[in-house]
Amino acid sequence: MLSKTKEVKSTRAAFGEALVELGAQNPNIVALDADLSCSTQTKMFGDKYPDRFFNMGISEQDMMGTAVGLATCGKIPFVATFAMFASGRAWDQVRNGICYPRFNVKIIATHGGITVGEDGASHQALEDVSIMRSIPNMVVLSPADATETKAAVKWAAEYQGPVYIRITRTSMETIFDEQSYVFDTKAKIIKEGKDVTLISTGETLIEAYNAAGILSEQGIDAEVISVPVIKPLDCDTIISSAKKTNKVVTLENHSIIGGLGSAVCECLSENYPVKIKRLGTNDVFGQSGHYKELMAEYELTAQKVAPKIAEFLKK
Amino acid sequence: MQKLDKNEVKELKNLSCRVRQQVVQMIANAKSGHPGGSLSAADILVVLYKKILKTCPSWEKDPSFSDRDRFVLSKGHASAALYAVLADCGYFDESELMTFRKLHSRLQGHPSNRLLPGVEVSTGSLGQGLSMANGMALGLKLDKKPARVYALLGDGEMQEGQIWEALMSAAHRKLDNLTIIVDRNRLQIDGDTDEVKSLGSLRKKLSAFDLNVLEIDGHNIEQIYEALQKSKTLSDENHKPTAIIANTVKGRGVWFMENSACWHGVAPNSDECEKALEELRSKEVC
Repeated sequence: MLSKTKEVKSTRAAFGEALVELGAQNPNIVALDADLSCSTQTKMFGDKYPDRFFNMGISEQDMMGTAVGLATCGKIPFVATFAMFASGRAWDQVRNGICYPRFNVKIIATHGGITVGEDGASHQALEDVSIMRSIPNMVVLSPADATETKAAVKWAAEYQGPVYIRITRTSMETIFDEQSYVFDTKAKIIKEGKDVTLISTGETLIEAYNAAGILSEQGIDAEVISVPVIKPLDCDTIISSAKKTNKVVTLENHSIIGGLGSAVCECLSENYPVKIKRLGTNDVFGQSGHYKELMAEYELTAQKVAPKIAEFLKK
Repeated sequence: MQKLDKNEVKELKNLSCRVRQQVVQMIANAKSGHPGGSLSAADILVVLYKKILKTCPSWEKDPSFSDRDRFVLSKGHASAALYAVLADCGYFDESELMTFRKLHSRLQGHPSNRLLPGVEVSTGSLGQGLSMANGMALGLKLDKKPARVYALLGDGEMQEGQIWEALMSAAHRKLDNLTIIVDRNRLQIDGDTDEVKSLGSLRKKLSAFDLNVLEIDGHNIEQIYEALQKSKTLSDENHKPTAIIANTVKGRGVWFMENSACWHGVAPNSDECEKALEELRSKEVC
């Protein structure tokens, strides 16, 4: 499942390519953007299929509503903008217009998390998973690399109903092997271990995996679980792992309130309560800076995370 | 342009009166609802559904169903009037009207397309219906369907910014298969729209947004019918969407509800309901 080559690619580039491929296969695929088509990479689709591409201008609320109307005509709208605006600016439109009637609209939320970088706090969505997963009928995906993003986008096109796909700005190492990777709603154990369960999603999965490497040098055998589907959460895989390790750590490029960490707490506290440590941004706004500096500043890197996990295991 | 003969006008007027009675009864029975904006929109809905929209409940299983004209009630709180008209068109049995706003009813406080046949989209959170109508108009154009989309907006609702985003989109995308009707009753929950936040000259604003604009008496059956037809002719000529400003009276037909913001979202009690029904039954024109 894991890739042997170390290709560097952004999840948004992978989305752009996947959308073009989908466009060739299905004439009902349409794309909408709100003046960010170069950033979200819907431009690739727009160049290839201009009749099926709608740049709605800087009006995210109008864009979500327009997607609803297109969905009533049997189209499968992929609506792309930054996670901040997709989730925040247009939340009412997403809730009432798309999710309540369960329309077949796919929201591609690019530039999620702290790694937006220099644009700073106003553009760093750290609450989007929280407010999107609380809406009934919404499915929330958070792929970890280019391979998983491509597979997630294609899965979403087949699925009937609203989907929120959270991807990010930065280019990163590919984790999963494109040939053998199969996307489904299951959580995936990417490294087996017995001392602690590390659960992560999106951009921080590689950090969790590398943290496990650092911990193994200290004699700590961590199990690493990838959660590409935050809702509906694959609780069974998480419970099985927790039964083995009895200690769980979550790591995400998102607030510890309402995101993956909260979802894991909800699952385990009801089914198999164990000690949990949630790592993510700790109820704060972000700031400007290079994304690597920000990852370190908000303690989301393997180097910062590993000692925290070791400390947690001592308690 | 087709004109209505005297009998047709009389039939439509009678139906408007019946719809108004049902609106009052439904809201009184539910002890909640929005009489003011339902009564102001009643004549527009009657003419649209009985004379303009090419849509029919029996089409639903027919392949040509995708060719139907679309209607969006952006001012979803006028649901009682919409439901009364849909029942008359045969989308469901009239007896269901009295389940309005009750537990497990398909007739939700604001329309839900998941529950009720004949409803295209779910509305209620104001300002969102026009974007949805635009999306339908775009979808119909992509599929080269000749059908037309009609959206009914409240004037108070036009204080929402999304409406103006959508108006820009409609003109920019040359949605000549779209007719917008504004139920211009000049009142909203907290009072006169001109006092709460004035729309100024709505006609000038809509013209400036590059739409064709017509202005009518929104309670005159002939004028509504002619404007709806003309909206298509105008759009066909210059490829612009057309907006019809329908000047209406909030609470129309019930004297103590007319032109009163207090009756925006308040149900009549049983005495008030009886008084209203008595008045509506006594009239040929409501």
